[in-house]
Amino acid sequence: MTELWTLFLTAAFVDNMPLILFLGLCTFLALSKRPDAALGLGVAMTAVLGVTVPLNQLIYSHVLAPGAWGWAGMPELDLSYLALIAFIGVIAAAVQVLEMVLDRFFPAIHAAFGVFLPLLTVQCAILAGSLFMVERSYSLVESTVFGLGSGVGFAVAVVMLGAIRSRLAYANLPSGMRGLGIGFVLAGLMSLGFAAFSQMAAAS
Amino acid sequence: MARRPDVWRVLTEPLIRQNPVTLQILGICSALAVTTTMATALTMAVSLTVVLTLAAGIISSIRRHIPDSIRLIVQIVIVASLVIVIDQVLQAYLAEISRALSVYVGLITTNCLVLGRTEAYARHHPPLPAMVDAFGNGLGYSLVLLIVGGLRELFGKGELFGVVVLPLADAGGWFTPLSLMLLAPSAFFILGLLVWAIRSWWPEQAEAPEHVPPGRAEAAE
Repeated sequence: MTELWTLFLTAAFVDNMPLILFLGLCTFLALSKRPDAALGLGVAMTAVLGVTVPLNQLIYSHVLAPGAWGWAGMPELDLSYLALIAFIGVIAAAVQVLEMVLDRFFPAIHAAFGVFLPLLTVQCAILAGSLFMVERSYSLVESTVFGLGSGVGFAVAVVMLGAIRSRLAYANLPSGMRGLGIGFVLAGLMSLGFAAFSQMAAAS
Repeated sequence: MARRPDVWRVLTEPLIRQNPVTLQILGICSALAVTTTMATALTMAVSLTVVLTLAAGIISSIRRHIPDSIRLIVQIVIVASLVIVIDQVLQAYLAEISRALSVYVGLITTNCLVLGRTEAYARHHPPLPAMVDAFGNGLGYSLVLLIVGGLRELFGKGELFGVVVLPLADAGGWFTPLSLMLLAPSAFFILGLLVWAIRSWWPEQAEAPEHVPPGRAEAAE
């Protein structure tokens, strides 16, 4: 149990997706102008990562991994090079299904997610979650925890950036710095703060 | 006759003026992660340019046959297949760099730059201009990657492409490396300052202020 908790904290803070690993920056910077939109994005990310990473783990370990077809008499079959296409397909399908289910049963939540859900199909951080799962060979439980942890980390970071930027909307910045430029510098400062977490992890 | 300068313009426009990273906010995800050294930055830049150009060519040549409703899936599958090829080539011939790049090569698939260019340009233009546009955007992306990677490697390790440029203090030279340059925050700072520099050079790229301070608004009336 403690290991899972450590994995969760590591995924959320030490290996924070946007600030330390630079994943999902496009949406991170584009949708963080207001904290409420940022919160919607963060919740959607957590939901999608929490669903797709374990799903891809199942598919990878039972279909694609080297030797996964041993029971069918083909132990040397190695389909792992198909992982990318399979993951993208699974993510696109999962996002679509999630959207339909939410629309049918929880229309309020669906309305809150708005346009973010379909966008997440081509989000680097989502695909990266699955690729990291393969690279670090997580089990099913671990991959669920890892997916949720990364999603929470993303949500925390994007809401914080959204809050800072909504304050800065009233600041009188140099014209070249407005928008994207200050977004990068703010992300850099936050990244400095998050780097402290990895020092704590290294020290303990 | 008018065709030639047109192609030239399509090629050079994305280099700085319409740079995909600094102006269009496309593809920054991978732009930062791989720039600790010039070697990884260059590999990434070349891989992305190749994938982007080929994907634009393929998609633009079948653009009349793709039904609109499933075009995103078709585009992603084409891009993913190309990325798999690149990934296998890198693993076969550049094993060390491929390990350093880790999952980021696979992430070219979801790089917004690739989908953005195929969606915005290749879908409406014949193969040749589409490939030229994709190549130009790839070069613009590479330029940013190499600038950021070069700065980080030069000041973080005193090297360029692994060759010592600034002799380090602990090796008898005079340069003390800034280890911050190798950490994540420096990439954000460098790119932010780069954006600032480009937008000061071409002020028309600056974003409009969201709120006009009250004092100035009254003065304008």
